[in-house]
Amino acid sequence: MRIALFATCLVDGLFPDVGKATVALLRRLGHQVDLPLSQTCCGQMHVNTGYPAQALPLVRNYADTFADYEAIVAPSGSCTGSIRHQHADLAERFGDAGLAAQAREVAARTYELSEFLVDVLGVTDVGAYYPHRVTYHPTCHSLRLLRVGDRPYRLLREVRGLELVELPNAESCCGFGGTFALKNGEVSTAMLADKMRAVQDTRSDVCTAGDSSCLMHIGGGLTRLRAGVRTVHLAEILASTQDDSRVKGRAR
Amino acid sequence: MTAHTAPTSGGTFLGMPVAGPTGRLRAARPFPAAAHDALGDAQLRRNLGNATATIRAKRARVVGELPDWAGLRAAGAAIKDDVLAHLDTYLVQLEEQVTKRGGTVHWARDADEACRIVTGLVRNTGAREVVKVKSMATQEIGLNEYLATAGIDAVETDLAELIVQLGHDEPSHILVPAIHRNRSEIREIFLREMPGVDPALTDDPPALAEAARRHLRRRFLAAEVAISGANFAIAETGTLCVVESEGNGRMCLTLPRTLITVMGIEKLLPAWSDLEVFLQLLPRSSTGERMNPYTSMWTGATEDQDFHLILLDNGRTATLADPRGRAALRCIRCSACLNVCPVYERTGGHAYGTVYPGPIGAVLSPQLTGVADNPTLPFASSLCGACFDACPVAIDIPSMLVHLRSRVVDAKHDAHPLAPPTPEAAAMGAAAWVMRDPKRWTRALRLAPLLRFVRRLRSLLPPLSAWTASRDLPNPPRESLRDWWVREGSIQDGSHR
Repeated sequence: MRIALFATCLVDGLFPDVGKATVALLRRLGHQVDLPLSQTCCGQMHVNTGYPAQALPLVRNYADTFADYEAIVAPSGSCTGSIRHQHADLAERFGDAGLAAQAREVAARTYELSEFLVDVLGVTDVGAYYPHRVTYHPTCHSLRLLRVGDRPYRLLREVRGLELVELPNAESCCGFGGTFALKNGEVSTAMLADKMRAVQDTRSDVCTAGDSSCLMHIGGGLTRLRAGVRTVHLAEILASTQDDSRVKGRAR
Repeated sequence: MTAHTAPTSGGTFLGMPVAGPTGRLRAARPFPAAAHDALGDAQLRRNLGNATATIRAKRARVVGELPDWAGLRAAGAAIKDDVLAHLDTYLVQLEEQVTKRGGTVHWARDADEACRIVTGLVRNTGAREVVKVKSMATQEIGLNEYLATAGIDAVETDLAELIVQLGHDEPSHILVPAIHRNRSEIREIFLREMPGVDPALTDDPPALAEAARRHLRRRFLAAEVAISGANFAIAETGTLCVVESEGNGRMCLTLPRTLITVMGIEKLLPAWSDLEVFLQLLPRSSTGERMNPYTSMWTGATEDQDFHLILLDNGRTATLADPRGRAALRCIRCSACLNVCPVYERTGGHAYGTVYPGPIGAVLSPQLTGVADNPTLPFASSLCGACFDACPVAIDIPSMLVHLRSRVVDAKHDAHPLAPPTPEAAAMGAAAWVMRDPKRWTRALRLAPLLRFVRRLRSLLPPLSAWTASRDLPNPPRESLRDWWVREGSIQDGSHR
């Protein structure tokens, strides 16, 4: 299958390891992966902050970039949600019916990572090894826009060595919310504080999720508190193998 | 009146031209500033956390037990959309039916007009005191304050609304207006404000309820005029419907000689049979009950009662004009969205600054007033989507918030078309300029390592300081994913282009 990785702007610029892990994982499962370099951003930040006109060229760029791929995989529930629920609508609002049709068609081939693995590839055991105590935070857009449901849990349960601990009040928002984290920084922090307490209550080594944005927020709070819990993207856990941990173990 | 709401005097907003909707719909302070105060109140956070968690669990249980909830919800949305699409027909039909059955219908274009009509009607009876059924419409128009300026006392008879009134406080929740109070605070209010209360009153809920019952009983028996809102009005028959838990509503609706009902024009249902949908949706979504204890219905003037119905617009027609916002008028005021909202749970209702708090308030108030008068409310959400899932009439609040945010940005620009762009608009414009060109984007990503230096700075300027107040900035990578890809890609499988 000809798969394109839509890395998302955040992963491309700040969390490239998440992109590398997604590539490694999909290759290990026997697929050819491409990273089209004309990709930039899904435009969700512009839309959700009130600047939809500025997102329109980004919608067009996304549709053009990924026009020829059988499947497009993004390591983000939020960006996938924007592509699926906002792109065509935005094009329509600005009177571009052609782009709307194109956007709808590309969106139908765009998958969040856990959806792609479970629904399209039909795997839950991806051959990963990750010997840590892990709790999973379902990000709001994975949960409520995409309805990924138990897919991430099914993937995590098959990871060798991984001890999965249930997160209390898991479905409560972490407080990131894009520019909400800045515009309403104090409310965002109050939500984060409760999320961090829940994470710490699990006594996990690692908090994982399907979105680097929420993890940047949760992780930024946890390191500030020197909480001793790391945030690691789901893709990085699923990409880990026994070989990796031997290599890393030696390096340490 | 506290600093939490817009300054009003007799229902008239001070400092604004009286055009468009009036009443208590405008937040006096930006949401982040009001939220700051609320977040500092540890008692409030605890009270709200406990109360919303309890109601959330109850609601989830009774909604979960219905096999056809999704169907009911879709029916509720469809019926309300039909009402909104044919409001002109249904309203006239309602007026005809109510009039035919001996009631009098009045039309009020805004809060001021509604308050004037009600006050005139009360004056005609000669009464100096009225009893009230809990009603959002009368809160919206600031009726109690308006009546006070005319020398008429309005007594709230819903227990929570009474607590708020006695405490000289403001409601902070649509259904449970005193949700921000715990029982020991309520005891203090009763001891301080209730004439003749037993000084040995405890904070045991039955004891508090009994004290309120004694306090109210005399007023029910003496009242000549009652004022209510309405949960539903049936266009087909002219029947009004009030749904409640305590029985105070039933007493207000039946005992006094004059009954005045104030109702937003969107509260209509086409036919009697539509109640079968809404009387299932509402109690389960609001109190988490299968059925509410008291459902009162009346048609026109009954048993020699003098009945007046005031139909209130106050910005609703303007809201109807926006195809992307009008679904907010489906709202049946159940408050399920408040109880599941992570923002509401932390800030409480006062931070929203208008009578409609929480997610629905963040989409309704700015539409009723026009977004320029409530510009921070559409941003008071992390867009987590819990409200949409909980809404019994499927109002897509997150999408509506996003839409209203663009209206706020446009309104700011339109108000000062020649002014330089705000820092936010400039930043958004710059980001879009970079991101719409892959070459510019590739080069821009090479600046990410600069973040290493920024991270070392002790104090930062906004907006970064808003992030670093509680969160570390991420440690930037040495190279972007795309630069790694180009460097490694050709060696690995040569598939990149």
